[in-house]
Amino acid sequence: MRQGTPWLLSAPAMALFLTLLIAPLALTALLSFNVFDEVRGVQADQYTLRNYLDLFVDPYYWGIFWRTFWIAGLTTLICVAVGAPEAYVLSRMRAPWRTLGLLVVLAPLLVSVVVRAFGWSLLLGPEGPINQALSLFGIGPLRLLYTETAIVIALVHVMLPFMVIPVWTSLQKLDPSVEQAAASLQAGPFTVLRRIVLPQVLPGILSGSLIVFGLAASSFAIPGLLGGRRLKMVATVVYDQYLNELNWPQGAAVALTLLLANLVVMLSYNRLVERRYQKALG
Amino acid sequence: MSFLELREVRKSYAHHPVVHGIDLQVEKGEFVSLLGPSGCGKTTTLQMIAGIEPVTQGRILLDGRDITDTKPHTRGLGIVFQTYALFPHMTVADNVAFGLEMRHRPKAERQDRVRAALALVKLDQQGQRYPRELSGGQRQRVALARALVIEPPVLLLDEPLSNLDAKLREEMQFELRRIQRRVGTTTVMVTHDQSEALSVSDRVVVMQAGRITQVDTPARLYEHPGNRFISTFVGKANLLPGQWVDGERGPGVQIGDLHLAAPDLAAPAGSPVLVALRPEKLRLQPAGQGLLQGRVLECFFLGSQWLYRLQTPVGELLLVTPNDGRPALAVGDDSGLDWPAHSVRLLPADAAEALA
Repeated sequence: MRQGTPWLLSAPAMALFLTLLIAPLALTALLSFNVFDEVRGVQADQYTLRNYLDLFVDPYYWGIFWRTFWIAGLTTLICVAVGAPEAYVLSRMRAPWRTLGLLVVLAPLLVSVVVRAFGWSLLLGPEGPINQALSLFGIGPLRLLYTETAIVIALVHVMLPFMVIPVWTSLQKLDPSVEQAAASLQAGPFTVLRRIVLPQVLPGILSGSLIVFGLAASSFAIPGLLGGRRLKMVATVVYDQYLNELNWPQGAAVALTLLLANLVVMLSYNRLVERRYQKALG
Repeated sequence: MSFLELREVRKSYAHHPVVHGIDLQVEKGEFVSLLGPSGCGKTTTLQMIAGIEPVTQGRILLDGRDITDTKPHTRGLGIVFQTYALFPHMTVADNVAFGLEMRHRPKAERQDRVRAALALVKLDQQGQRYPRELSGGQRQRVALARALVIEPPVLLLDEPLSNLDAKLREEMQFELRRIQRRVGTTTVMVTHDQSEALSVSDRVVVMQAGRITQVDTPARLYEHPGNRFISTFVGKANLLPGQWVDGERGPGVQIGDLHLAAPDLAAPAGSPVLVALRPEKLRLQPAGQGLLQGRVLECFFLGSQWLYRLQTPVGELLLVTPNDGRPALAVGDDSGLDWPAHSVRLLPADAAEALA
């Protein structure tokens, strides 16, 4: 009984995990090997590797995967560049302002992603406030909506909290006297930031970028609404395969390939950074 | 002129004063402790010297130069923090080398000085390890090496030993003093532990409620505490309220029926005074002899000493006697007490009450 207790206690979570994640994933994996016939639909008893082979030979898919990953990578990079300093500034603010600032950072999470995407499409449209403002300086009108730029801007907006929160958490763990010690050894404020603070919040930046990259690479609503019909990302292709082409096996193959590619990128990134700082940061 | 000087230094937080005008001179090479209970402003004072806390009013001079308004990273003082504040992501050697790197010393010189500093604190074998792989005492010594390697004009220690266990703390006290003697760096240490302050300092500065109340050598501070608070904060003391008399029995203090001779002392006749007697100055005598008779209420064995609480006609007294092989008293035993007349201290009763 003693030995079984941990299993018993985690049983509800395990059941949830198995039925809501593992089972659908296994079914999707199975589906991705099924034969699809244009006339008769999915053949549940016939298996093939064609769905995967198509992904590897068709440049159409290469382009979509490449776009997905560079957009996710760029989004992550911008989130690091904006979110890490933002978390640092927030952690240095005084009591009432700090809470207010944190609330502003978290606010996007309180609004539906669809509403936010529509908001951006209004802002970025040819007649939108941004183009109107630019025209005052004689620039434009710029084509922003339905471009990769629009997708990146909206993704950064949505993902920023996922970067700020882990960095904020690791900043909270810092001993303020460590910075004072560095200052007493004649390190200027910028050196303290670069040599003392940054290396210590690196784990926070690492986990933040993993979350942001994973969510951005598999994002659906924002590329769907701000990328238009022409600019596809992997998640929107999966949607198309399922609901427009009705080619479920192909959609399942794309979805699983995205999952695997995402895993490979995230794990190798994690290992790369962790190996470098493992010894120092434990 | 003294090396480090504080002139009328004040500190207030939002009009709430925490340090009320401190004057202090520290000579070159001196080891000075700021001693006081928590909240007395000693750490704030140290942080003002370090530049971590801005000074509200007053001047701080280092070697004749006014450093009151300079930034902490331009003062070049060595600081050992209570939490040690080591850089967790750097090796011990890199921690120690950091200050030299900031001063752009050449690599070869850096390595030599880091090695020497680590040897000084007996950590020459631990250079490539990370702070979290070290024990508390070792971390403390890394912090000390890191502060000393830059050869600072002044070393500031903020409760450096308070995070160590009792035995290690005692060892480090002497180690600290030995290292400071060898290097000769002017040192200011903040502590709330009187035995720490007494054992390592050249001079002890007692602070109470944001003010300095006594500055003396450890021995003088212990033997001649300036007020009631200091007499009980630094060591233990028996305090007996009485009245100064100078009659046919000579100058002394009248406490109830007891006339306590105090030939070396003086006070206005009839004035209320407070007598302070250190427990270790009291001596046990056979019952019926001595200046006072007492009965043992409690006894505690401290290893090298016995501590007795005795009921006497003038009140309860504490007595400490060395465990020198004589048979110990038991609870309920009667005993005589006496003490050398020169060990009696007088504290002004009024001022003492006001500060206590």
